[in-house]
This record gives sequence, C-alpha cells and structure tokens, in this order.
Amino acid sequence: MRLIFEKSVTGRSAFSVPRCDVPGEPKIPRKYLRKTAARLPEVSELDVVRHYSNLARKNFSVDTNFYPLGSCTMKYNPKFTERIAAMEGFLSLHPLLPQLRGGGLLTQGALEVIYQTERLLCEITGMEAFTMQPLAGAHGELTGAMLIAAYHKDRGQKRKYVIVPDSSHGTNPASAAIAGYEVIVIPTDKTGCMDFTEFKKNLNQDTAAVMLTCPNTLGIFNSRIKEICDEAHKVGALVYYDGANLNAILGKSRPGDLGFDVVHINLHKTFATPHGGGGPGAGPVGVGEKLVEYLPVSRVMQRPDGTFALSYNHPKSIGYIAPFYGNFSVILKSYAYIMRLGRQGLIDVSEKAVLNANYCRVKLKDEFDVPYDRICMHEFVISASRQKEGGVSALDIAKLLIDNDIHPPTVYFPLIVKEALMVEPTETESLQTLDRFVGVMKEAARLSREAPQSLTQAPLSMPIKRLDETRAAREPRLRWELDSDNR
Amino acid sequence: MSYIPHTEAEIKSMLAAIKVNSVEDLFSDISPDLRPKSFALPEGRSEFEVMENFRRLAAKNATGLVNFLGAGFYDHFIPAAVDSLADRPEFYTAYTPYQPECSQGWLQSIFEYQTAICELTGLESANASLYDGGTALYEAAMVAVRATGRKKIIMDSGVNMVYRSILYSYTSNLQIEFVETPVVHGQSSREEIFRVLDDRTAAVIVQNPNFMGAVDDHADIVDKAHSLGALVIQSVYPLALGMLKSPGETGVDIATGEGQSLGLPLSFGGPYLGFMACRKQLVRKMPGRIVGETVDRDGKRGFVLTLQTREQHIRREKATSNICSNEALCALRAVIYLSLVGKQGLRELCELIYRKAEFAKTMFERVPGVEVKRSSPTFNEFTVRLPQNADSVVSRMIDKGYACGFPLGRFYKGMDNYLLVAVTEKRTKEDIVKMIESLEAVLCA
Amino acid sequence: MNIPEDLLYTKEHEWIRIEGADICRMGITDHAQAALGDITFVDLPADGSDCGQFKQFAIVESVKAASDVFAPLSGTIVGSNTELTSNPELVNQSPYDKGWFCLIKFSDEKEKEKLFSPADYRKYLEETAH
Repeated sequence: MRLIFEKSVTGRSAFSVPRCDVPGEPKIPRKYLRKTAARLPEVSELDVVRHYSNLARKNFSVDTNFYPLGSCTMKYNPKFTERIAAMEGFLSLHPLLPQLRGGGLLTQGALEVIYQTERLLCEITGMEAFTMQPLAGAHGELTGAMLIAAYHKDRGQKRKYVIVPDSSHGTNPASAAIAGYEVIVIPTDKTGCMDFTEFKKNLNQDTAAVMLTCPNTLGIFNSRIKEICDEAHKVGALVYYDGANLNAILGKSRPGDLGFDVVHINLHKTFATPHGGGGPGAGPVGVGEKLVEYLPVSRVMQRPDGTFALSYNHPKSIGYIAPFYGNFSVILKSYAYIMRLGRQGLIDVSEKAVLNANYCRVKLKDEFDVPYDRICMHEFVISASRQKEGGVSALDIAKLLIDNDIHPPTVYFPLIVKEALMVEPTETESLQTLDRFVGVMKEAARLSREAPQSLTQAPLSMPIKRLDETRAAREPRLRWELDSDNR
Repeated sequence: MSYIPHTEAEIKSMLAAIKVNSVEDLFSDISPDLRPKSFALPEGRSEFEVMENFRRLAAKNATGLVNFLGAGFYDHFIPAAVDSLADRPEFYTAYTPYQPECSQGWLQSIFEYQTAICELTGLESANASLYDGGTALYEAAMVAVRATGRKKIIMDSGVNMVYRSILYSYTSNLQIEFVETPVVHGQSSREEIFRVLDDRTAAVIVQNPNFMGAVDDHADIVDKAHSLGALVIQSVYPLALGMLKSPGETGVDIATGEGQSLGLPLSFGGPYLGFMACRKQLVRKMPGRIVGETVDRDGKRGFVLTLQTREQHIRREKATSNICSNEALCALRAVIYLSLVGKQGLRELCELIYRKAEFAKTMFERVPGVEVKRSSPTFNEFTVRLPQNADSVVSRMIDKGYACGFPLGRFYKGMDNYLLVAVTEKRTKEDIVKMIESLEAVLCA
Repeated sequence: MNIPEDLLYTKEHEWIRIEGADICRMGITDHAQAALGDITFVDLPADGSDCGQFKQFAIVESVKAASDVFAPLSGTIVGSNTELTSNPELVNQSPYDKGWFCLIKFSDEKEKEKLFSPADYRKYLEETAH
C-alpha cells in the first residue's frame, strides 16, 4: 500500500483553520522562522480516513484474532472502559490544574481515581504503598531499581550487584544496569526455577537486589520463593517482583506476603487496558514499608476531611520520574476493570487463565517438546527442536499460525529454551478457540514431518511475504524520501 | 462471569484432559504458607453501575473553565477523524508488531509517523516514539553521553523545570555532571553557556520556545558546541514547527519534545508522546523502537522493526536503554493529525495561534499595573507581571470561569507576581476580551 | 570449518595475524561469522584508542544478535577496516581477509602465549560443539 505521503496532491487540504477573529498582523523576526515548510501530506479527509482504515485492516488484534503472545497477556479489553476514558470530565483535564487553588480542589474526581487505584493495587499485591507514575512496565522497573539504589544509599551502602535469573525478561538486567548496577545472571535448574545453590553462592553483602518474575517466564511458580526472599534479606539485599505475570496469581498469592520489597505491575496486561500497538501502557510500582519514603513525587494523599491532594514534601524521594501522575487514562481504565470484576472476578481471572494454559500444554505435549513438563501457571513454553531437526523452525510454525488467522506465541524467548514458543492463552478465550489453536499446532507438527518445505514458505495469505530483515538493518531506511525510487 | 466464557461442563472436561480433579489442584505449587494473608476487595458490579460511578467522579472535576493554562501542555482542537481512526480496535487492541506479516498496518503507520517527525524537525532519522517529552529528553542526553564518551551536560534553565527534574533523578546513580545556565532577557545566556562549554562537554540542552515562551535561535550555540566536539539537544514544541526555525535548520544534533499538541487530549497528564529525531550518524545510538523499510521475498515493499540489536531483549544489561515499548497509539494520533492538518494547514494554524497570542498580549497591556515581558519574540505563550500575587489572582479568576494561566511562583523563586499565559486556536477573541475584563475586575476588587 | 594455519585464535572466536614486530591484524573467525548469521553492522574502536587483552573493544551485530568482540592482545589501535561500515557482509564472505577488523600495535609479546594454535582452536571447537 502507498504511503500517505505518496498520496499527497499539491494544494489539497483536509483542514479547516478557524477564522481569524483578532486584528493586527504581527510578525516574528525572520531569523526565528523556518525557511522550508515541513512536507506534510496534502490530502483530503476521506484520503486520510480511507488510508488509515485500510491500514488498520492489515493488523492482527485481540478484537479480531486469537493472540496467545506469551508474557504479554493479550486478554479481551472491555469496551466500557474506553467509554469512561473518553468522558469529558477526564479527557479535557489539564495536568497543572491541581497546582491552581487549594491543591487539587479542581480535580477531586481524578485524584480520587489515582488514590483508589493505589489502594486496590496494595490489597491485590500485599504492598504498603504505590506510585501510579511509571508509564510502562520497563519504566516501572527502572523506578524500582532507583528506589532500591536510594534505599541503600540512605544506609550509606554502596552495593554493586543485581541478581537476575537467566530466564528473566531482558528489561530486568537493562533496568538494573541503567540504575547503575552490575548484573549477575543465575542459571535455571532442572525444575525450571532459578538454581538455588548458585543463587546462594552469588548472594553477599554487595548484592543490592534480586529481580524475579513469579511465576517465571517458563510459567512456573517457584515453591522456594519465600526462601529466596528470606536469604536475600539476610544479607541486607532487597527483592524485586516483576509483575508481568501477575495474571496467574490474583487471589492465590501476593508478592508482599512472600517478602518482596518492590513490585511493578503492567496495567495493560493483568488489568485489561489495551496494548495500543505497543503503548501506552502503565507500570505502577508498589513498595513495602521500608521503601515508602523514597517513592517519586508527587504523591496523592487523602486529607482528614476526605478530600484528595498532591503532596511533594518527601525529602528522601527519588524525585520526578514522569511529568505528572502517570498515564492517567490507562489508570482510569484499569480502575474501572477492577471495580467491574471485584474480588471473585479477579480470582476467576487467574483460575481460568491457568486452566486454559494447562489445557493447551497437555494437548500439545505429544507433538512438541515441553522442556519443563509440569503443571504450569498462566503460560508455558514448548520447543520446536524436534521439528527443527526436519528443517522447520519455531519461526516457520509462527508463520503458519498467521496463515490460520492466529497471532503467533512469543518466539525465541526465554533464551534458555531452544526454538522456544511461549504460549499465554489468557482467561477470556473459549474452549473452542483453544481447540482450534491446538488443531493448527498439530497440523504444523504434521506438516513439519511430511512437507517441511510448505512451512518455510508461510505466510502466504497476508499482504506481504516474509521480509528481508538483514537488508533493513544493513541499510536502515527509517523514513520516506521524496525522491525515493522504491515504490 | 465477567468476560470469561467457560461453562461448568467445559471446565469439567478441561480438568479431565489435564488429569486433575479441581482448578485448585493447578495451584498446588503455591503452598498454604504462600497464600494471601488478605484479599479484601469489593465484590464486582455491573457495567451500568461502574459507568455511573465514573460519571459521578468525572463530575467532580472542573472542566468548564476557559483555558489559558499551558506550560508545555496545550488545549488544541482535535479533528474528529483523529479519534475515529485511532479508536479502531485493529489498532488499539494489537501489540508491538513483532510479526511483521500480520502487522503491516501498524508498521507502515509508524514509518509514516517517523517520516512526519523528520519533516517537522528537519532531521534525518526518528524513532517510533518514547513515553513523553521529559523521558525523551533524558534518553537524548544519554545518547550524547554514549556518542561523545563525555559526562558533562550543560542545561539551560529555560528547559521545562519538570523535564530538568526528571533528568536529575534518572542520572542520580550515574556519574553525570550537570551545569545549569541562566535565562537572560528571556533567552539562553550565551555568556554563561560559552563560559562553561569545553572539550569535556557531551551536550548543551536547550528548549525552543523555552518554558517562559521565548523563541530563540540557537544556531550560535550549535556552532560553538560543535567546534568543541559537543552535541546540541533541543526540546521543541512540535506544533510550533509549522512556523519556527526547525532543529535541522538550526543545526542541532538531536531534537526531542512532547507530542501532546499533535492530536492528543490533555487527559490529566497522560498518555502523552515523546518524540526523538537525530542526525543520521547517531541513529544506531538512538533508543527505542525503530521501523525500517525493506522488501519481502517477492521484492514487494514492507516494513519491519529494525536495529533491534540495541534493545534489551537482545542486549540485556548492555542495551542502549531499558525501554521496550513506544507510545504507538499516541504516535498514530500524531501522524493522523499531521496528515489532516497538512502542509499548508499547519503553517496557517501556527500563524493564527501566533496572532491570537499577540492580540492577547495587547489586551493584557491595557490593564493598569500589568506588564507583558517583550524582551524576546514568543509563539503562543508569554509571561506577564501582575501587580498582585499571581497565585491568588489565578484563584480568584477561577470563580469567574477562567484558568487564566500558570503562576510561575509555583516553580520559580521570586516570581510570585508572574503569570504564564497560553493561547491556542480554541480561544476566540471574545474569550480573550472577557477574560481580560474579569482580570480587571479581580485586580480592582 | 575454515581455520587457517598461519593465525592464532581466542576462546571468543577472534583471530590474529602477526604482520610485523609489534603489529597484528585481527578479525572474527569463520565459525563466529557462521554462528552470528548475516552481519548487519560492525562497531569498531577509534584509531589511537587502547585495548586490553580479552577486554571488550568492538561490537558485531546481526539481525537477531549483538556480540561483544574482545581484543586478542593488549595495545593500541592503529587502523581499522572502514570498508565494513558500508559492507558489513564482508565479515560473512571473507572473515580472514576482506572482513578483518583492526590493526593492533601490541605491547606485550608474552600475551601471545595465552592464544590458541590452529590445532588447539580446532580441538576447542570440537569440544564445545554439542
């Protein structure tokens, strides 16, 4: 499909600039003005609408396709939350309004949303306090790592290392490194958990924190999790909970009770806000008692009279990590979702998410290698290594799924499993959808034995075939050029 | 059950397939001592009841005010087609386009967004967006540190105070030296910047227009910085680039900014849109997602996420940044907005806004005791000095139905009487005239 | 697997060719390029910069991986293969010749003892392949 820029016709316009109703023709001195106009598209409104409507149709999405992308929790996003976020009373609020008159009196509804969501997340995770500011999961991790650094610094300690298991999300070591830490990687044992002996060997007075996902990226809940937290605390280290997989344990376990000191949650995963093609999400961070004083400013407080206010007077705070109060409309949607589901609804979420994952795992284990074959939580990892011997890779299987209108699972992650396919069905998918997925996966296994060549050609039903990623990386073309010869 | 399709019969048959007796058996790895001490949440409610609750909350916010409040975040008009297109679920319920064949809609949209940002900024390369203008500025500072191998950064105090604070918190565990330089007569102090600029400097960070609304031409700072091997980072107001000298024309190395003005609602502070554009030589140092053009097996044009080897899922602790997502939906809104406004429309819109702001200045000047700061040109936002405490004036103006500006004393010591006033295309002549009438009344009372 | 007889090797799959009293040329081995796949970018150290034996000093990227490259010997960089900037595929096509990385003026003759002979490297590859 042509680019919107390629549809441009000189002189065409979609925009109606409001009438100028003020007198005078003032001018800014020429040296401050741009000399050549930005070459934005010159198109009609219908051109724009048709262009992006047609582009929309070239995407797989939760509303149109089964989307079992592991560790991403692509559950159904209820429509009513969009309606709430679009309410004028929230949508048009300027973020600096709380700075005017009486600290927040103009935005009581919005501050209440933030405050109440914090309280609900505290109860869900067993933490003492939350900041809703982090703008994404990885941003939450960085905030958490900064809180950890502030805690140790305040105790006059210069701890150097953060421990992560080799199954961790790549953002964990990256966030730790950006907060100034060196990263120590612990291998996974036969049961799919962080090797406890190796962990203890590397744990010492220089350890600032241990960062864990529980259940981990293999979908396994580590039964020794509390012991790990206890051991870390013994040497004065803190323990960080990556909440990417929280959808597995709602009402079944709480990181706060297990001994975790810092938690981040992905609202766009567990709490059903749409992923938006990669964002906006939200990654609020919860802390135990000993870290509350380091939370970023501003914080939302409730006054004795029941009204809400922003408070900035926290001398030990790590400071500003976002311009305002977080991705407010994302917070709003997740609050509505939690309120809609309630206590039992959230427990059902995890129970059915785990049920769906185990069902798929059991149905697939005859055809695919399951490296850690045991009861899993909300997701599991299979390996296409058997198929690979016949020349069919995990990527080929992913592409065959696309031809069957199913978004592929996460592939080649976690890194410790060869030819990994990480499957997270989520609770909102029906038995019929799961059976269809299992059927297509079995067909992929059959084809990889009988006609491997056919798999390496997939997908054939999409607007384009497999793309040359090497070419894209060798000679990056990151924008359209007016004189581009490449049509 | 809410959004869960399972019937009792189906649950039974699934448990049988798994060969366990109950759903609880699936949680046997979580022993009793690992179970929640409490899970005291309210019980669920119907969609209708929840909607009513939020209507009640929304009504507790003051949304009827006529808005002259800006300070980096502006009340612009959003064409209906932006909402209608960005509300398509094939966009908003998709995730990061890891599988290009079934994500060409997203990938092409982001490629178009990158192109639009390059055009606006006059720079060669842009990424697929970052969280917001502040975090984008931090990431740009880190690009400069990596690219130059230096650790000193000169920070103009005309940069939004919130952005400066974000940079200081993020770098507090890294050995980065910041030197803040003052604003003189509204603009960046050349004297001070040139005094502290040296061959240990990684970057000079400036903002245009700056926080007080002043428009500047930073070309001389660029020349001096480049002669010493330092980079220049400019934080810009993207909508104003329909009119103002672009970062590319100024010669800066990296431009960042807040894209909220490009079709995003104010939404109480987010989600917003951080954009980043840079010179070609820096592209492999740029953080975040990037979409590139390539061809498929038949030679047909297509788009993929590219240069991913810089990212954390491959580089882990050696990644250029820990950011693994962008604000795709916000970037989509921006490119749709820019397409609707178009080449000519953006220029006309900027001129209209500029004229309205200049008119507002003359109206302020008619009020006895009020002085408009005119030492440098401005675009849509300007500083006025009131004869009384601005915080108190703003508060009294709210009773008259106006958010008449941002009292600068909130952020700056000694500026208690100063007010930062923003005007957009949504403010009519009547809005301005009546606001000024109310201001006169408030000041006289 | 091509392992030329006139070179020395490291555990991290770099090779060196001695080209003077204190000058060596280095690159990555045929095995390394094959394992990485299509190479898309090589980030080489600047001329005049110092390097330490077995310390990271360059990066090589393919579509799906980025690997650190380690200096086989301590010394100073006195030249690098600028051709790789525009043609990184030379590393795949000609790892021991046109795909070379840097020239190092090395500072400690004795460090060579810590490198593999061709026979040792072949043995090492066989041992680690499974």
